[in-house]
Amino acid sequence: MWARLLLCVLFLFAPALAAASEPTAMARVKTSGVLRWGGDLQGGEPYVYEDPAHPGQLSGFEVELADAIAKELGVRAEFHQNDWSQLVPSLERGTFDVILNGLEVTRSRVGRVAFSHPYYVFAERLMARKDDPRVKGLESLAGTRTGTLSNSFASELLATRAVPVLYEGVEEPYLDLARGRTDAVLLDDIIAARYGQPHADLRVVGDVAEGYYAVAMSPSEPDLKVAIDRALAAIVERGELDAILRRYAIDNARQLRLHSWSEKDQRAMLGAEQAAPVMGLSHVWLFIKGAFMTLLVSVLAMSLAVPFGMALALGRSFGPRWLARIAGAYVEVFRGTPVLLQLYVLYYGLASVVRLDALATAILGLGMNYAAYEAEVYRAGIAAVPKGQMAAAYALGMSTPLALRRVLLPQAFRLALPNVTNDFIALLKDSSLVSVITVVELTKQMTITAVDVRSFVLPGALCAGLYFAMSYPLSRLARVLEARLARA
Amino acid sequence: MISLTRLSKRYGDRTVLDDLSIRFDKGEVTSLVGPSGGGKSTLLRCVNGLERFESGEVRVQDLAFGPRGSPADRRALAAIRLRVGFVFQDWNLFAHRTALGNVMEAPVHVKKVPLDEAKERGMALLEKVGLAHRVLAYPHEMSGGEQQRVAIARALAMDPDALLLDEPTSALDPSRRSEVLEVLRTLANEGCTMILVTHEMAFARDVSHRIVVLHGGQIVEDGAPGQVLDAPKDARTRAMLGL
Repeated sequence: MWARLLLCVLFLFAPALAAASEPTAMARVKTSGVLRWGGDLQGGEPYVYEDPAHPGQLSGFEVELADAIAKELGVRAEFHQNDWSQLVPSLERGTFDVILNGLEVTRSRVGRVAFSHPYYVFAERLMARKDDPRVKGLESLAGTRTGTLSNSFASELLATRAVPVLYEGVEEPYLDLARGRTDAVLLDDIIAARYGQPHADLRVVGDVAEGYYAVAMSPSEPDLKVAIDRALAAIVERGELDAILRRYAIDNARQLRLHSWSEKDQRAMLGAEQAAPVMGLSHVWLFIKGAFMTLLVSVLAMSLAVPFGMALALGRSFGPRWLARIAGAYVEVFRGTPVLLQLYVLYYGLASVVRLDALATAILGLGMNYAAYEAEVYRAGIAAVPKGQMAAAYALGMSTPLALRRVLLPQAFRLALPNVTNDFIALLKDSSLVSVITVVELTKQMTITAVDVRSFVLPGALCAGLYFAMSYPLSRLARVLEARLARA
Repeated sequence: MISLTRLSKRYGDRTVLDDLSIRFDKGEVTSLVGPSGGGKSTLLRCVNGLERFESGEVRVQDLAFGPRGSPADRRALAAIRLRVGFVFQDWNLFAHRTALGNVMEAPVHVKKVPLDEAKERGMALLEKVGLAHRVLAYPHEMSGGEQQRVAIARALAMDPDALLLDEPTSALDPSRRSEVLEVLRTLANEGCTMILVTHEMAFARDVSHRIVVLHGGQIVEDGAPGQVLDAPKDARTRAMLGL
């Protein structure tokens, strides 16, 4: 997570360097003969996806559009896979020339990137459960938990109207809605049609707003924008775009507006140029709330991991063979698979069996994962206590449980304590992973705010400062404990 | 008071105790001597079940257990451990407890003696072994001789009927041995039943009522100190004693 943060900060300084050394963008594209475009395969059908019939081959309406634009420019299109939430920083860094991947024209993106004319007009489609009549429209959402994608146009619409629950993937919002974890989902009509409407328990409330997908480029490359706009206009004019959209069954009457798109329309789409909001006290308050969530998840997960890990270590060291085997297998499985995967399985995979809310899942998931690590720390501690200690306890007439409780475990725990503290510091930072199951903690708050204020510098620094403020006292404590143990 | 009947123990194909039978009486101080690997320590550790054996029986007063580890065996062993104190070669004091904490631990948590009473008795015992000034010291703060004396006080705190001591001075500097031997001499004079594994021949001759020589898991000599040490019947004992 820290590495990611550092990268974010580095990305910020990259465009200035890149712009200085490049002659003109079009000259670069022409010389290299390729138009590099960024997108995320995870966005899925019908945007950009791997053709199931031909693995390794890309399919999607944006793939065909990118090919058409490149052809118009006299070059070849080259796809660059990139995490969707990091598309804009990667563009700024110069990883690719354009973003062409359902990137909605949003307030926070205008100004940070240059948008071409739109290539798709989408509707924001509101969906709810069939058995829940409360959701009637955008105005009825006040106080409801409404799912959408992070950093999306819909999330901007929801910010002041509902309690947004932010996802990274397109299937999870509808799964959670169907299971009652949220009350509504607001997402682009293309996504709703593919991933929401097939759910038998869900209903379409209506299309409550409109937005645009456009090609995004660096604002420092105006010649590229002119060329892309010209290419797009030609593709629209000869009906090629309509044909592409028809092939993916996403053409509709809204797209007719693209045929008569004017500069006036373009200005209206972009809205009045707004200065980026400045980070203020309200943001700081959100960060403190995020830090509190990080601390809450970490402390509760650790207080689960410590006794559970102790039970595992005891089972493994002193239990009957079958128990030792089970404990050993648990440790290997939970240490040997990514915690991210475990959180997914617990939250989405097991939802039909146990329906936990996101916070409970986060605590349970991290707690169960860290229990495996704690078990190994304690096992090492137990092994490090000299054998004679238990012999002495037995010789004094102690039973095994009493000897463990009074003699072995207090010593093993003291030996393990520095490692337990280290693990807690690691957990504090690993807790940022729980944002994948919609818990907004410190790191997630940082990325949300960074998009909002269009800069990673202040949010990143504040986020790093808060993490440090939480972890530094702990590492001091670890060192004090170590020193005390060295003396004992 | 303690009797071992036809005890056998093997480590792999090496026989450590070979069908051995012996009896120790109340008030008797017995020294077990003999070459390393002769089975002295193993014999001692079998008495309170720190070591398992393949066949035979261990009896302490009215309690007996065999090699099978049946529930009855385990009950008898647990009761025997309360009656027989054990002092280890390398002390094995509880590293996380003070001298007094070590002495009080078992009375308070095994016998449920009230805290005040256990403390008072613990202080008295530490005074008896000459450590009244080290009551609050931790094991790592004490010399080997001090630790071994705490270990003896710890065993005595359970008011055992007999004390088993496994080479109590062999891990100590020669200069530190006398302080431990002095404590043991006092206990012997008080009529405490003791079985002692030792290499200190002079001390064994001085305090023991009886000396038993073990060799290859068998008893090769058993009698009063004068008889065993001065006029051994067995050739191996004579060789060991350099006679």
